Amino acid sequence: MVSFSAVAKRYPGGKAALHDVSFGLEAGELAFITGRSGAGKSTLLKLIPAIERPSSGSVIVNGQNVGALRRAAIPYLRRNIGLVFQDQKLLYDRSVYDNVMLPLAFSGHAPGEAARRARAALDKVGLLNREKANPVTLSGGEQQRLCIARAVVNRPGILLADEPTANLDAAYADEILEMFNSFNQVGVTVLVATHDRQLIGKWQRRALTLDHGRFI
Amino acid sequence: MQTLARMSQAPLATLFNVLVIGVALALPLGGYAVLSNLETLSRNLSTESQLSVFLARDSGKSEVAAVEAQLKAADGVLSVRFLSRDAALAGLKHTPGMTEVIATLRDNPLPDAFVVTLTANDGKLADRLERQFKSLSKVTHVQADSAWMRRMDTLLQLGRTTIALLGMLLSFALVAVTFNTIRLQILTQRDEIEVSRLIGATRAYICRPFFYFGSLLGLLGGAAGLAIVFSSMAVLNRDLAQLGILYDSDLRLHFPAPADATVILAFSAVLGWMGAYMSVSRHLREIERN
Repeated sequence: MVSFSAVAKRYPGGKAALHDVSFGLEAGELAFITGRSGAGKSTLLKLIPAIERPSSGSVIVNGQNVGALRRAAIPYLRRNIGLVFQDQKLLYDRSVYDNVMLPLAFSGHAPGEAARRARAALDKVGLLNREKANPVTLSGGEQQRLCIARAVVNRPGILLADEPTANLDAAYADEILEMFNSFNQVGVTVLVATHDRQLIGKWQRRALTLDHGRFI
Repeated sequence: MQTLARMSQAPLATLFNVLVIGVALALPLGGYAVLSNLETLSRNLSTESQLSVFLARDSGKSEVAAVEAQLKAADGVLSVRFLSRDAALAGLKHTPGMTEVIATLRDNPLPDAFVVTLTANDGKLADRLERQFKSLSKVTHVQADSAWMRRMDTLLQLGRTTIALLGMLLSFALVAVTFNTIRLQILTQRDEIEVSRLIGATRAYICRPFFYFGSLLGLLGGAAGLAIVFSSMAVLNRDLAQLGILYDSDLRLHFPAPADATVILAFSAVLGWMGAYMSVSRHLREIERN
């Protein structure tokens, strides 16, 4: 589903974030990327939906070489990838429901179908009763769940999460991971970047550890 | 639909933007409308091109007849009308204010004259005949009545150039207003644009509402400009009608034709689109770079 071979990423200014990274992610797998802050976890995740391009090596997603993708093709790649951001990136000028509707607005669903999907996604993360609320009124954990609902509403094949539990206490963190697990059980490939080793310990899944831009 | 919703979110700002564009467009539009009215007027007046030929005061009857024959024989002359010095003086006596002046004269100071109507309103023909008639014996002066018409034409040309320049300048203003309005919109919707790009919105999807907004702003501005010009002309026509009654003629400004108005609306919409296009290309690139 996702495969990196000899990927390096240097940012302008000379700082190298990744060196010679190779790994593969099977379809339907759930895996963790771990490592200290600045180890290159975020950069690795950003290479998959072409938010960043590799400096060398190749990133293959669904059989497509992402590094060589035309700019105009990138939106269609991203529609098959759900992104959960550490800072959520919610829109505070609209309701919870409209936040979830955002990805459906440009993927061309009929209005009825879009509304049904949005409610289903909100139901899955337990926010259906808050659909009219403004995201500002939600707790930190609820905001993260809303971000997850927005990520999965288009039913992507891949779900990427960058430190989804960073600002949450242990109980909320478990809840979030439980959600990822349930998406994984219906066939979604999930990759979670986290520095929380305790969390990884609980879940007995493959964990790749990055240190200064290399796997160890 | 989304565009209309966005406009109604800030009705006052939208109204002022439309008004700014409207006023900016109304200046060259109004100038153009007045100018084309003057042109129509001058074309009507200049259908008769005339030369006045004045004779020496000591011309005898036979000499007058000889000049008349030569005038009639000249190429490009439609008709010749004789105005005797006595008739001219009699005409002058009826002019208010002149009666007293003329009563003090001992003899008639006016010369005999011919009013020559030319076959065509043509500057070159008038010049040629003016020179030809001047060389005739007993002709002291030839007055080309078309001279002021040519001056008028030159002035109109100057007016046209001025309005074209003004129009160009204010078209830039329209582009600048939309550019800036769209820039503000992009800034306020920065988060939405960023998130939308991250989760798979195409560039076209992001740009489209801004293009619509720019075009609509231009279109409404053009409509406002036309409305300003039409209503100003309607007000002016009311006063002109009063003036027309005094001069016993039908004086009024003609409104721009529907075809012209359509062209103006389309043009302002295109200018609005251009402003939006420039603004979106520039500011979206800034967002995408971050």
